[in-house]
Amino acid sequence: MKVNAVNLTETEYALPGNRTCPGCALALAYRHILKALDGQVIVTVPASCLTVLHGMYPITSVTVPCVNTPFASTGASATGLLAGLRATGKKGLTVLGIAGDGGTHDIGIQSLSGAAERQEDFIYICYDNEGYMNTGNQRSGSTPMGAITGTTPIFGKRQNPKDIAAIMEAHHIPYIATANASYPLDLYEKVRKAKDIEGTRFIHVFTPCAPGWQYPYSDTVKIGQLAVETGLVVLYEIHDGVFRLTSASASLARKGKLKPVKEYLATQGRFKDLTKDQISRLQDWVNTKWQYYLERAAGQDTGAANLDSTKQ
Amino acid sequence: MAKSINRTTARLLDGNQAAAEGARLSRVQVIAAYPITPQTPLTEELSEFVEGGELKAEYIAVESEHSAMTVCTSASLVGARTFTATSAHGLAYMHEMLHWAAGARLPVVLACVNRAIGAPWNILNDQQDSISQRDTGWIQIYARNNQEILDTLIQAYKIAETVYIPVMVCFDGYVLSHTEMPVEIPSQEQVDKFLPHYKPHTTLDPANPKNYNLVTLADPRVNADGVLCHGYMELRYLLQEALQNSEKTIMRVGADFGKSFGRDYGNVFWQDGVEDADIVIVAMGSLAMEATVAASMLREDGKKVGVLGLRVFRPFPKAAIARALEKAQVVAVFDKNISYGSEGATCSEIKAALYGSKTKAAIRNFIVGLGGRDVKARELADAVRNTLPAIESGSLNIENPEWICYI
Repeated sequence: MKVNAVNLTETEYALPGNRTCPGCALALAYRHILKALDGQVIVTVPASCLTVLHGMYPITSVTVPCVNTPFASTGASATGLLAGLRATGKKGLTVLGIAGDGGTHDIGIQSLSGAAERQEDFIYICYDNEGYMNTGNQRSGSTPMGAITGTTPIFGKRQNPKDIAAIMEAHHIPYIATANASYPLDLYEKVRKAKDIEGTRFIHVFTPCAPGWQYPYSDTVKIGQLAVETGLVVLYEIHDGVFRLTSASASLARKGKLKPVKEYLATQGRFKDLTKDQISRLQDWVNTKWQYYLERAAGQDTGAANLDSTKQ
Repeated sequence: MAKSINRTTARLLDGNQAAAEGARLSRVQVIAAYPITPQTPLTEELSEFVEGGELKAEYIAVESEHSAMTVCTSASLVGARTFTATSAHGLAYMHEMLHWAAGARLPVVLACVNRAIGAPWNILNDQQDSISQRDTGWIQIYARNNQEILDTLIQAYKIAETVYIPVMVCFDGYVLSHTEMPVEIPSQEQVDKFLPHYKPHTTLDPANPKNYNLVTLADPRVNADGVLCHGYMELRYLLQEALQNSEKTIMRVGADFGKSFGRDYGNVFWQDGVEDADIVIVAMGSLAMEATVAASMLREDGKKVGVLGLRVFRPFPKAAIARALEKAQVVAVFDKNISYGSEGATCSEIKAALYGSKTKAAIRNFIVGLGGRDVKARELADAVRNTLPAIESGSLNIENPEWICYI
């Protein structure tokens, strides 16, 4: 049965009254992630906004077992949990490593890459708020070009973000997906699907951040949707090398029309100083990427994963 | 620690093999390691044990030492007995996770094959690596020969799993790691009797969910049931208290080991001729063995010289050291490490231990053997001879250590 807002389980594993900021997309995403795993999970989390959500000793806002681990070590911590479970004969639990974009794209990429290369059997979720938001909004490897942050305070970031899903795809892992807190059922289904796949599974979740991106708290869902409607975020999954657009991105592909990027940029204070040239470069970048995904979805470009004929 | 090696059951093992045997006999369940000279043969041996079916364990060939220690801490939280080994830069790279393991009170055991740290590159022995980690909250035990490496590893699990503090078993690179000696290997049955199963203090179960090592504020806070729980500072106090008290556990486990295996480790340091000595040489690891040769040379000259070989560096056995050095007139401390801008780490500890005691000994510090510089017994003896005028002059401490090198 396809999940919808009505039949989604009412059991909550991330309880209300946690310490996230108002309008936090991570809180929305995390709630659905834990629901999709039926709470049968050990979570390992590095320093991040999720640490804030989890609360302060001796009170926590989640009803699943959790292991905090230093910033660089999420992939290794998941590896250790799995090894410990195998060594002690414990079965039936999913191990979930979940980190922000700083903890994934930047400081955590080594331990994540090592774990993925070893094909460790866990789900890794990167929730991406496009910067070091827990420390008050500094530039990360996922911050978009032009964004003003605490460490790009005048000119904005000069580079495009790295494509973390493509990096993970180069590890020949069985499941890669992108998701977005504004499309919680699409996220739910992807986590649900990942749960039953063996090996390293990677889900990249777009999670807007109201205080960091400077937009009204009430606009989080709208901004997440606009990111998809403008093509800045594309929702897809790659299962055993087969690429498929999903949810809103699939319907946009059918309709063939994206909104202009400037509509998205205009909603956030962090982009207020963008020049026309920067906006035009961002639009070109999105157009190129969108074309790539469309061609790939149409099977004209089978992508890196399908080149891996040795895949078992 | 009298040796009672049975010539018929002993095998020739180098230090790395002795450590691997110790880990195998301890039935470690999760091993995570990254190769680094001179530790590499130890982890190769363990992976061979695992792949060959001699040891039922998970061997994780991680991509870094930081990850090696992370795998150990997370697997330990699940309830597995964990082991890793490293040297020098590898240990330095683990630094953050060493704090984490001790702070989370996880009984991880690590073999540190002592090696110098760059820059410049150097792969040979000194003890700068493990000494640099002395404030991470780990118990540190130094072995003086290969039998002690094997025996100490088995004891390390019993100590760690009793006091819930991780243990670093340190031994000198090359001098021990790549030098064969006769080592008696106990039977698995004997070790099983001595070392019970690991009982974790943690539970990772969705039916009873707990969140480990959350943000913890400085002050105590009440939980959902209104019970006041420790703040960060109380948790740190408990770690310090446990380390202070672990000296008794280390000695008891060492004595029990003696009863089971015939090799007694019921002390935190060993002594050779200290009782009647005017001059006591203090050193740690294999250096202390070399010092016994120097002491014999000096005894032949009619000098009353003894050796105190430090085994346990953390917790530092202050009271026992003060008692042992009570009658000494000169204490010559040899360090294979240097706390830059101060002196050798062992010397600082000895001075702190003797403060306020009855000892009036002159204390001299010598920095030796850095980066694998050969340490000859004759050089140690000469250094001690040079300290003798201190007895007549009555001068106590010289501010800076002397270096036995060509400058």
